[in-house]
Amino acid sequence: MLKFATRRFGLSLLILFVAVTVMFLMIRAVPGDPVQIMLGPRATPELQAQLTAALGLDQPIWKQLLIFYGNLLQGDLGTDVFSGRAVTDIVFQQLPYTLELIFASILWSATLGIALGAYAAAHPNTLIDRIAAAISVSFVAAPAFVVALLALLVFAVHLQWFPAIGAGDGFLDRLDHLVLPAFAIGLSWVGYIARLVRASMLEVMGESHVRTARAFGIAERRVVMVYALRIAILPVVTVIGVGMGFLLSSAVFAEIVFARPGLGKLVIDSITTRNYPIVMGSVLISTALFVVSTALADLINALLDPRARTSH
Amino acid sequence: MEKSRSELGQIIVGVARDPLGLMGLIIVGVIVFCAIFAYWIVPYDPIAMDIKSRMQGPSTAHLLGTDQLGRDTFSRVIAGGQVALKVALPAVFGAMAIGLTLGMIAGYGPKWLDNLLMLFFDTIRSFPTVMFALAVVALIGPSLQTVVFVVMATSIPTYGRVARTQTLTLRNSEFILAERSMGASMARILGVHMLPNIIGVLAVLAAMDIPTVIALEAGLSFLGLGVKPPTPSWGALLKDGYSLIRQTPWLVVGGGLPIILATLGFTFLGESLRDVVDPKLRKQR
Repeated sequence: MLKFATRRFGLSLLILFVAVTVMFLMIRAVPGDPVQIMLGPRATPELQAQLTAALGLDQPIWKQLLIFYGNLLQGDLGTDVFSGRAVTDIVFQQLPYTLELIFASILWSATLGIALGAYAAAHPNTLIDRIAAAISVSFVAAPAFVVALLALLVFAVHLQWFPAIGAGDGFLDRLDHLVLPAFAIGLSWVGYIARLVRASMLEVMGESHVRTARAFGIAERRVVMVYALRIAILPVVTVIGVGMGFLLSSAVFAEIVFARPGLGKLVIDSITTRNYPIVMGSVLISTALFVVSTALADLINALLDPRARTSH
Repeated sequence: MEKSRSELGQIIVGVARDPLGLMGLIIVGVIVFCAIFAYWIVPYDPIAMDIKSRMQGPSTAHLLGTDQLGRDTFSRVIAGGQVALKVALPAVFGAMAIGLTLGMIAGYGPKWLDNLLMLFFDTIRSFPTVMFALAVVALIGPSLQTVVFVVMATSIPTYGRVARTQTLTLRNSEFILAERSMGASMARILGVHMLPNIIGVLAVLAAMDIPTVIALEAGLSFLGLGVKPPTPSWGALLKDGYSLIRQTPWLVVGGGLPIILATLGFTFLGESLRDVVDPKLRKQR
């Protein structure tokens, strides 16, 4: 197990390293002098030279990369071109908003999805099973940002049940502001998780330990809820871990649509102002988040199911 | 040739027998038809401005109303479908071709090459799609080509991994070993003998991938980072509708519903195709 864990995290680190290097080289490979873009056409040559030196752009590329990694290992992602604040400060200030949105989305969609899937598996081929299947296929198809826009139109602008912009202050207000974006992000996951749980439930229900539990005369309800479901929700853990990238992507759109603070809004804003250190920092943090959550999902899976340790 | 045609016919019949598959076939058919004949269907020029009739609600003259520049929404929805397919098809086919080639090489070639390619796939996959897209657009600037490139780059690993797994399971089967013992080159083995056995699974994957691509194009255009402004795109419609959501809500509906319909259609079609082409796949995912 320990061997698997070290290997898995080693791979994650390697992936992260390659990803960051590629990203770094891509930014440097772009035609056009970033300093000129940042300062605009009317900047004096002295000012340009000063900023070039301050950003370390006058060094050879391999040295820039070394300096970048040196700083990174010390937890320094550079400074914002405009405000002079540390990029890490800015990114970590926005991160909680994105995380709370993602967490809320997973929470409601996984709860509902598991319940639907378990119910459908316990009553296969009934009307409810069919309806759940049809709904889940349709929900899977709905892209989060379109759902977000339609939800904004119907529930915030037209019916005015929920607030349309911002993240709110205070616990209840924040919760109120979370409802629509979390609904939009989670909707496609409900169907996906329901189908997943239903399929793995049906498989688990045929296994010997469930049969044994039944033979002991344990109530059907308890067999389903305790003996079968506990194993059947394993794939959900992996799917959520691997789906972190999709969740992040959906969160970016939801933040724009509902004008919420967060990583997504930060990235879009810094792209429009060509604030590369911030773009780089946020992409790096979100990539790290994704890589770590995928590795964690693999680990949890390996912990719960020893067979997963050997496969690639 | 005759045989493959009848196989294709069987697949289409199989899909059409399944109610969801038939629905998908119809929706996709309508979208493709509208995209091809958009020029003859649209009642107005989709990029012609008519300031006098701006921000009008749905009426008989303008079925889905007009936007802030007086452009006819219905015409823009139809023409937007053309743009969506123009991005989705080359991107999906390009990604499939590259992913297929790299995946087969990874599965059949030496171990170090396999490891290298897998690292490459895992690295691309480790960027959250939209973050990667945003970074690339920020660097090379928004355009139709950029969107196609981003979409292609992000979906190569999916095809690559599937092609690799399929190749790995087939590489030691008798017909491949026989071919190898007769001295066939790697290109011949992969192209002539491996490819026909893998392509079906990848085609299903491609059908299921089109909705994701359409959504990504619309998403980027919605953020103002996709196709450039006068070009009609479902995402651009959403963008205009969003910024004036109180004045022209019909733009949000006009841009949003086709995206949902298109995703539904291609998903139904893909699922049904999968069941017909390879029932074993049903259990996976």
